[in-house]
Amino acid sequence: MQDEPTPIELTKAVADFLRDDVAPVISGHNGFKLRVAINILDLVTRQLKSAAGSDAMEAARLAKLLGMQGSLLELNRALADSIAKGQVDLTTPGLASHLWQTTMDKLAVDQPNYASYRRELGSE
Amino acid sequence: MIEAELRRSVGSWYPGATGISGTTKLSGGASQETWSFDIIHPDGNVGVILRRAPRGYGAAPTRAAGLQAEARLMQLAHDAGLPSPRVIHVLKAEDDLGTGFIMQRIAGETIARKILRDQQFARARPHLARQLGGVAAGIHALPRAQLPKLREMTSTGEIAQLEREYRSFNWPRPVFELALRWLRDHDPGRPNQVTLVHGDFRHGNLIIAPDGVRAVLDWELAHLGDPMEDLGWICVNSWRFGEIDKPVGGFGSREELFAGYHAAGGKVDPDRVAFFEVMGTLRWGIMCCGMMQRFRLGPDHSMERAMIGRRASETEIDLLRLLAPRGGA
Repeated sequence: MQDEPTPIELTKAVADFLRDDVAPVISGHNGFKLRVAINILDLVTRQLKSAAGSDAMEAARLAKLLGMQGSLLELNRALADSIAKGQVDLTTPGLASHLWQTTMDKLAVDQPNYASYRRELGSE
Repeated sequence: MIEAELRRSVGSWYPGATGISGTTKLSGGASQETWSFDIIHPDGNVGVILRRAPRGYGAAPTRAAGLQAEARLMQLAHDAGLPSPRVIHVLKAEDDLGTGFIMQRIAGETIARKILRDQQFARARPHLARQLGGVAAGIHALPRAQLPKLREMTSTGEIAQLEREYRSFNWPRPVFELALRWLRDHDPGRPNQVTLVHGDFRHGNLIIAPDGVRAVLDWELAHLGDPMEDLGWICVNSWRFGEIDKPVGGFGSREELFAGYHAAGGKVDPDRVAFFEVMGTLRWGIMCCGMMQRFRLGPDHSMERAMIGRRASETEIDLLRLLAPRGGA
């Protein structure tokens, strides 16, 4: 077991420092790159917070949908394959809701401000 | 340095030019560069843009039309009265600048967020969709006989190409699989009329001024194909920049786009447009994955490239909104 602080706390501390103390004194192209860097740290922080939970639920949904066990990557490969072959489609019970939930979980990490995501979140 | 060659080149074909100034590189990848400079002339300086592939980078990627073709298309568009820069000079071997062309520099904005939010474009915004419909119809009406040699694309071929590219990433994306299935099931086949297709008709390639559309740029992906592809591509949600209820570039409605297209003599097939909107959404998603790939494998190890890889999921939610809307809406 690694000691504290946690990776979440560490990445957040760096992002906060860059945002609050460094960004105000940097301009031009480096200012732009700094904003990208801060966005990356924020993304990593969000992923560290949520991925364990959403990955476990995704794996459980996939196992049920496909009737098999495996790693998340294996299960996703199997689902992709089944869709490509037409073995499952949107009429398959659980597929649409699984894809929606998985995609919402991805957006929550990748781009929580994306307008389509916010619209869908609001209608849940 | 490029200035010396530019000065010599300009002197050889621009009567009365006494020099150049303000040479600035606007963008540049490994194979293609864009430069801005002014031609100094006693009657007043002329702002121009150079688009070129430096020596040794003459061979265009297979999808690209090539700079010679781009120059020809821009000139044809300009001559047809479409908003397009005038091509002033096509580079020759003796210019010693590689391949490419020099065109008139057009004032205006290409950055979507400014076009959609800045007060100075408030008057133009409500008219842009209709205006662009007219521009698209004009592009599609350019006479085939005058066009440079271009590859011809079919929807079936494009689906296969997208699938190959997606499979090459070897990373499962069930939503992309669903979209590929949908595209194959809804492939409209050959259109009644095969025309010139701009191929990248969207924000970033459109110069907008406070009074409206000034120029269509970047004909790199021009090809022959289904004209509805351009109308579908400009409706892709990725180009709405948050204004998701205005499908055309975040500034207008499909009805306005179609009305402008119709008024300029074009015939719209809304089902085909919808098909190409789905295809375009998937294409942008696959392009995001491609950027990630280049970040990982290629020389461009930039943070921006890496982050674009994380934008592929934006196209997944948009594909689901198109193909599997919740609540059966």
